[in-house]
Amino acid sequence: MTDSTPRKPPRKRTRKQAKRPEPENVRSEPEDVSPEPVEERDEGASTSSADIHQESDEKAPIKGAVPEGESEPDAETKPESITEEAPAVSSEATAAEEDEAQLAAAEPTAEVLQVRKGMFGVKGSGDTSGYGGLTRVVEFPGAAIPPFGGWWDQVYERIGALIHNFSDVIIKVVIYRGEITFHVARQHLAELVRYLRDDAHLRFEFCSSVSGVHYPADKDHELHGVYHLQSMTYNRRIRLEVSVPDSDPHIPSVVATYPTADWHERETYDMFGIIFDGHPALTRILMPDDWPGYPQRKDYPLGGIPVEYKGATIPPPDQRRSY
Amino acid sequence: MGLEEKLPSGVLLTTVENLFGYMRSAAFWPATFGLACCAIEMMTYGAPRYDSGRWGQEVFRASPRQADLMIVAGRVSQKMAPVLRQIYDQMPNPKWVLAMGVCASTGGMFNNYAIVQGVDHVVPVDMYLPGCPPRPEMLVDAMFKLRDKVRHTPIGIDAIEAAQQAEQRQLEAPALIEQKGLLR
Repeated sequence: MTDSTPRKPPRKRTRKQAKRPEPENVRSEPEDVSPEPVEERDEGASTSSADIHQESDEKAPIKGAVPEGESEPDAETKPESITEEAPAVSSEATAAEEDEAQLAAAEPTAEVLQVRKGMFGVKGSGDTSGYGGLTRVVEFPGAAIPPFGGWWDQVYERIGALIHNFSDVIIKVVIYRGEITFHVARQHLAELVRYLRDDAHLRFEFCSSVSGVHYPADKDHELHGVYHLQSMTYNRRIRLEVSVPDSDPHIPSVVATYPTADWHERETYDMFGIIFDGHPALTRILMPDDWPGYPQRKDYPLGGIPVEYKGATIPPPDQRRSY
Repeated sequence: MGLEEKLPSGVLLTTVENLFGYMRSAAFWPATFGLACCAIEMMTYGAPRYDSGRWGQEVFRASPRQADLMIVAGRVSQKMAPVLRQIYDQMPNPKWVLAMGVCASTGGMFNNYAIVQGVDHVVPVDMYLPGCPPRPEMLVDAMFKLRDKVRHTPIGIDAIEAAQQAEQRQLEAPALIEQKGLLR
C-alpha cells in the first residue's frame, strides 16, 4: 500500500511516452486516421497542459499547410510537440517549423474581455490565503482565417455551399486548443443544425451537449449557448456557439433536429435563463419549479443561504472576512 | 374484573408502555437511504466491524414499506428532496428519521442553491448526528440515543397527548431561523 502510491506517477509517465509516437505512424497513412488521434488528444489533455497550450495557441492554424484527405488536425500537431524529446520526427517537424514562422504574423489576437483579481470578488483585504493575488484574464480567442486545415475546411466549405447567406449565419470561426468553434447567428441556428445533421458530407448526427456560459462583461452578448456536435460517420467534432443579450435571452430550440437536446436545453434554461423558443416543454429540470433566479449566472449570489439551525449563519464567501 | 382492578391506577398501562417501547427499540428496520459519503460510514456500521446486528439492525430494507427508520446519510439536493419525502411517506407508522452528518442536519459545507439546508425542511427529524462524516461509533451512539427515545415513547392516549403537547411547544417557540446565539 505505502510503496504502491509513490510508484504510480512514473508508471503513468512511461505509458504516456510509449504512446506518444503514435501520431507519426498515423501520419504515414492519412486515409485511416480517425480513431487514434482522438484518443491521443484525450490523453494529452488529461496529462500535460503545457503541451496542449503550445499545440493550440501557436500551432492550430498551421494545419492549413498539410490538408491531405481526411487527416485529423490533432495528428498534425502532435509530432511538433514531441520534437524536444523525440528526435525521430525530422522532416515533418521542420516543415511545421517553417509554417510556424509564417504563422507568427498571422496569429489571431485574443480579445481580452475582463481581468479578474483575487477570489470570490474580495477586495482590499490583506489576504494571506494565497488566493488574493490570483489574476484571471477572461479572453476570447481571436477569429481564425481560412484555410484552417484538414477536414475543418471541408466542413466550413460545405456549410458555405449549403447556405446562401453564409456570412450572416457563421459570424466567426475560432480555432482554439485544436478544436473548432462556429459562432452562429441565433436566427439561423435551427436551419443550420438541420443541414449539419442531414447533409451527407457533414453528418453531425449527435448533439452531445448543450450548455450555457455567462459573460457579464460581454456587452449585448452576455449569454452564450454552446452546442457540441459529433459526427459518428466521420469521427469529427465541432462546436457551435450562439450569443444573446441578457435583455433578450431567446435562442431557437434544436430539439426538432436533435431530440437529445431536450433535457440539455431545459438544464441550460434552468441554470442560465436562456429561453429556447420552440422547445416542447421548457421547464426547470434541476431546481424546484418556483425557484427564483438562475443559479449558474455570474451575478447569482455565492452561498449565503440561510441555515435554520439555532441561529447559525454562514456569510457568503465574498463577505466572509478581511484579514 | 381482571388484573388491572387489583393494581394501582396506571401501573398496568405503564408496564405495557414499557414493554411496547422495549420491543420497538429492539426491532428497527432501517431503510437504505445513502446519499453521499456518510453512506459509506453507514454501510460500515452495518458490516461486521461495527456490526449493528448486535442490536438487530443488520438488515437494511430496500423497500420503504418494510422500514421504520430512515437514516438520511448525506446531503439532500433540491432535486432529491421530493424523493426523500415520498420515501418517508411510504414508510408505515411508527417511523423515525435520523439525520446523519452535518449536511443532512444543516446543509453543512454545501451552503449553496443546490442543497437543502437541513433535511428537517422536508421531514421531521428525531435525531441529529453531527460529523463530516461521522464515524460509525458516532452513528452507534446516535442510534442508542434514538433507541432510548423510542424506548420511552408513550402509547395510546398518552401518545396523543404527547403529540399535542409537542405541537403546542412548536407553535409557541420561535422559528429556528429566529433563534440566535444558541450555537455553541
